[in-house]
Amino acid sequence: MVLARPEVTPEAPAPPDRTAARRPGRARRAAVRAGLMVPPVVFFALFFGRPVAAIVGRGFHDGGSWRPGRLAEVLGRPEIRDVLWFTTWQALASTALTLLLALPGAYVLARFDFPGRRLLRAVVTVPFVLPTVVVGTAFLALVGRGGLLDELWGVRLDTTVWAILLAHVFFNYAVVVRTVGGLWAQLDPRQEEAARVLGATRLGAWRRVTLPALAPAVAAAALMVFLFTYTSFGVVQILGGPAYATLEAEIYRQTAQLLDLSTAAVLTLTQFAAVGAVLAVHAWTVRRRETALRLVDPATTARRPRGAGQWTLLGAVLASIALLLLLPPAVLVARSFGGPEALTFYRALQDAGASGGTFLVPPLQTVWNSLQYALAATAIALLIGGCAAAALSRDAGRLVRGLDALLMLPLGVSAVTVGFGFLITLDEPPLDLRSSWILVPLAQALVGVPFVVRVMLPVLRAVDTRLREAAAVLGASPWRVWREVDLPLVRRAVLVAAGFAFAVSLGEFGATVFIARPDNPTLPVAVARLLGRPGALNYGQAMALSTILMVVCAVALLLLERLRTDRSGEF
Amino acid sequence: MPDSENPDSGMPPAVSPSAAVPPGSGEPGGALLALEGVTVRFGGRAALDGVDLAVAAHETVCVLGPSGSGKSTLLRVVAGLQPPDTGRVLLAGADQRGVPPHRRGLGLMFQDHQLFPQRDVAGNVDFGLRVRGAGRAERAARVAELLELVGLPGAGRRAVAALSGGEQQRVALARALAPNPRLLMLDEPFGQLDRGLRERLVTELRALFGRLGTTVLAVTHDQGEAFALADRVVVMRDGRIAQTGTPLEVWRRPADEFVARFLGFDNVVAATVTGTAADTPWGRLPVPAGSPEGARRLLVRPAGVRPAEGAGGLRCTVAGRVFRGHHVAVRLRPDAAGAPPLEAEWPLREAPEEGAEVGVRFAPEEIVVLG
Repeated sequence: MVLARPEVTPEAPAPPDRTAARRPGRARRAAVRAGLMVPPVVFFALFFGRPVAAIVGRGFHDGGSWRPGRLAEVLGRPEIRDVLWFTTWQALASTALTLLLALPGAYVLARFDFPGRRLLRAVVTVPFVLPTVVVGTAFLALVGRGGLLDELWGVRLDTTVWAILLAHVFFNYAVVVRTVGGLWAQLDPRQEEAARVLGATRLGAWRRVTLPALAPAVAAAALMVFLFTYTSFGVVQILGGPAYATLEAEIYRQTAQLLDLSTAAVLTLTQFAAVGAVLAVHAWTVRRRETALRLVDPATTARRPRGAGQWTLLGAVLASIALLLLLPPAVLVARSFGGPEALTFYRALQDAGASGGTFLVPPLQTVWNSLQYALAATAIALLIGGCAAAALSRDAGRLVRGLDALLMLPLGVSAVTVGFGFLITLDEPPLDLRSSWILVPLAQALVGVPFVVRVMLPVLRAVDTRLREAAAVLGASPWRVWREVDLPLVRRAVLVAAGFAFAVSLGEFGATVFIARPDNPTLPVAVARLLGRPGALNYGQAMALSTILMVVCAVALLLLERLRTDRSGEF
Repeated sequence: MPDSENPDSGMPPAVSPSAAVPPGSGEPGGALLALEGVTVRFGGRAALDGVDLAVAAHETVCVLGPSGSGKSTLLRVVAGLQPPDTGRVLLAGADQRGVPPHRRGLGLMFQDHQLFPQRDVAGNVDFGLRVRGAGRAERAARVAELLELVGLPGAGRRAVAALSGGEQQRVALARALAPNPRLLMLDEPFGQLDRGLRERLVTELRALFGRLGTTVLAVTHDQGEAFALADRVVVMRDGRIAQTGTPLEVWRRPADEFVARFLGFDNVVAATVTGTAADTPWGRLPVPAGSPEGARRLLVRPAGVRPAEGAGGLRCTVAGRVFRGHHVAVRLRPDAAGAPPLEAEWPLREAPEEGAEVGVRFAPEEIVVLG
């Protein structure tokens, strides 16, 4: 037995080297974190920072001197001001319209229990991963020349801004349902009940308890929608016509058609600044959203609708989903079978010559090209995004946490600029990739990485440190701890992340349109090319190809929906 | 746990006391675990402040203290999850500096169990064996044996999420015991269980540890748990050890006012002790012979406050009474000016009504002069 001294011995003075010597584990953890950051940092420096910097540099560098004055000069032009104005107001209008239509949907899907709810949740997510080119094509089939509305009532919207706005709602409905509805489903209804018991009316309880809890999520969703619509390219390219151009579409026009790099560079910088500001606000709202809320299992909060009012709301939401989200793809599919024979357009896809010399290979070949590119891009995105997420999740300081907002930047920086930047920076040894097939997957992975990080990070951060400690005390080495504790818990998130990365890579258009080789185009590029040609056969082939692309994306997503965890990110 | 009622039934050879004794801990007088001047600071605050502690093989030591007293940090330091700023941790005489947690061969039961949610019960229990490379058959046998031991036979395939709090606790215990740790550490092991289950488990565990010869270091804020479980209690305050001793010693002679109040005793006053009497605001009280003299703090246990016969004793008014089952806790307000209130324990039928005037006397055997 023993000897523990109740009286405390006067403390010996601390050895001077204490801080250096005392935490060997801490230094090693820092080293591991730094090591994990290396691949993402190198990747972003080489394939994002450098191309963008090169393009911007060329725009401002002229005849051996810098010309910062161009900024004011370009932004002073009336037509550029029109573009800026249109970009901003259509993004604001799209965001408002999306919130208006999707918030009731978020509520219904979060709080009402009805048959087919799970399926519906999956279905409304599909549009988000559809390639913008497909979305544009689908709306063209619905509201464009010779579209469904044109045939029925002679209504055409494709020359109005409404087509763009509706397509943006279609695309972003899921962002609101996921971000707001996901939280709504987990808010403890007893909080509202407590307010009711304390004397608040139903509306008062909602306004004072639920709304403040939801507000940060609504703000975050609104900012994401604003970001996506502000930088919209594929949709505007197809539906906007010559009258309407967003910044991104204008950058494409200046770069590819007018070869005016200096104007394009100014526009790129402008978009960069706008996106950076939006992301900063987004990071702030995300942090506010993490403030302590009482969250409960979503399964316990949903109830069957009661009373005429709730059934009406459910009916209205289902109707709006049917009209807005289901009708356009349905029309697209119907049109793709609308040739002289049902499969005319699909048959034509097998023939390179059918579209009058648009392609060097049969358009169907682009399906395989796209799948291969997307798989390679997914692998890259998982590697880079996985490293970044792992580094960011390890008891990171405030500075490192800020980095995860930075990783979102590729979503907002002009893809056109990135694509063109690839061509002018990756053309000399040791990195001469201009003729390599890897160029396309690298560009596509850039947009995949933010999704991987967004999906993985919350899951990794949610792994309780003490679970790792429990494993360590039981005798598991650090590597073993990772394999036995972390990996099984994040395995599903990895699959979900992979699915998102795959879908966005498959649909990437802005950068790919520059760098895909003519003999090896991707599916979205082929669709855009077909739409750019006259004739019913080309149009029909675009519909058919879009349908194939849509089915591939939808199948990938619906498979994922079965694996999805509630924690896996906010998309 | 039916086993605890029948200590010899099904006791497997692998966990017999002799097998559970780790090598190196057997030498006479040598402590299995020793902490020497261990200090841990978080920012400017010392969570542990020069702690010396030793645990002998087969001993059950319970660290008792309010939350924030550094109990959990103590366990984390021993486990290697928290490096000490100064001081040493020795296991069987070997300095553990730089030895990572997974090489220390200890068991730690976390406060909220920390079962691996993605594994079933068997997958949790055999984790420590699997990472040590034990074969499938050996693991299966050991899992069956341990589940039997903790009273969950045949539960191996169940999902941990489907277990009740008490069952999770048992699985966590089986998981910690499976690799035969040389020292088992328990962090608030019964914190989340309801009272009935808690009392039963404490009794069962004490019997189990005695049978297996396990060396145990537990921390808790509940004196009842500590006294029921431990051979020796260590009371902590603000990162320092305030008192150590057997449960009986600590209960009978709290080292100071902090320990006394932490144990639930509130009758503590300033006193001047001379011989076998002490001058206090409650009057002149008898104290046991041999008590330290001079200006001291003095504790009167509630059981030592008795009703006085006749009109003698300290005059008090009954300020309140709480029915406690076996007795009534009576709160008395002395009539003398400046005298603090008194807590007393009286049998039900002797307890006066609220507002009654009573006289009290003091029993010297229930009075302790604190250090």
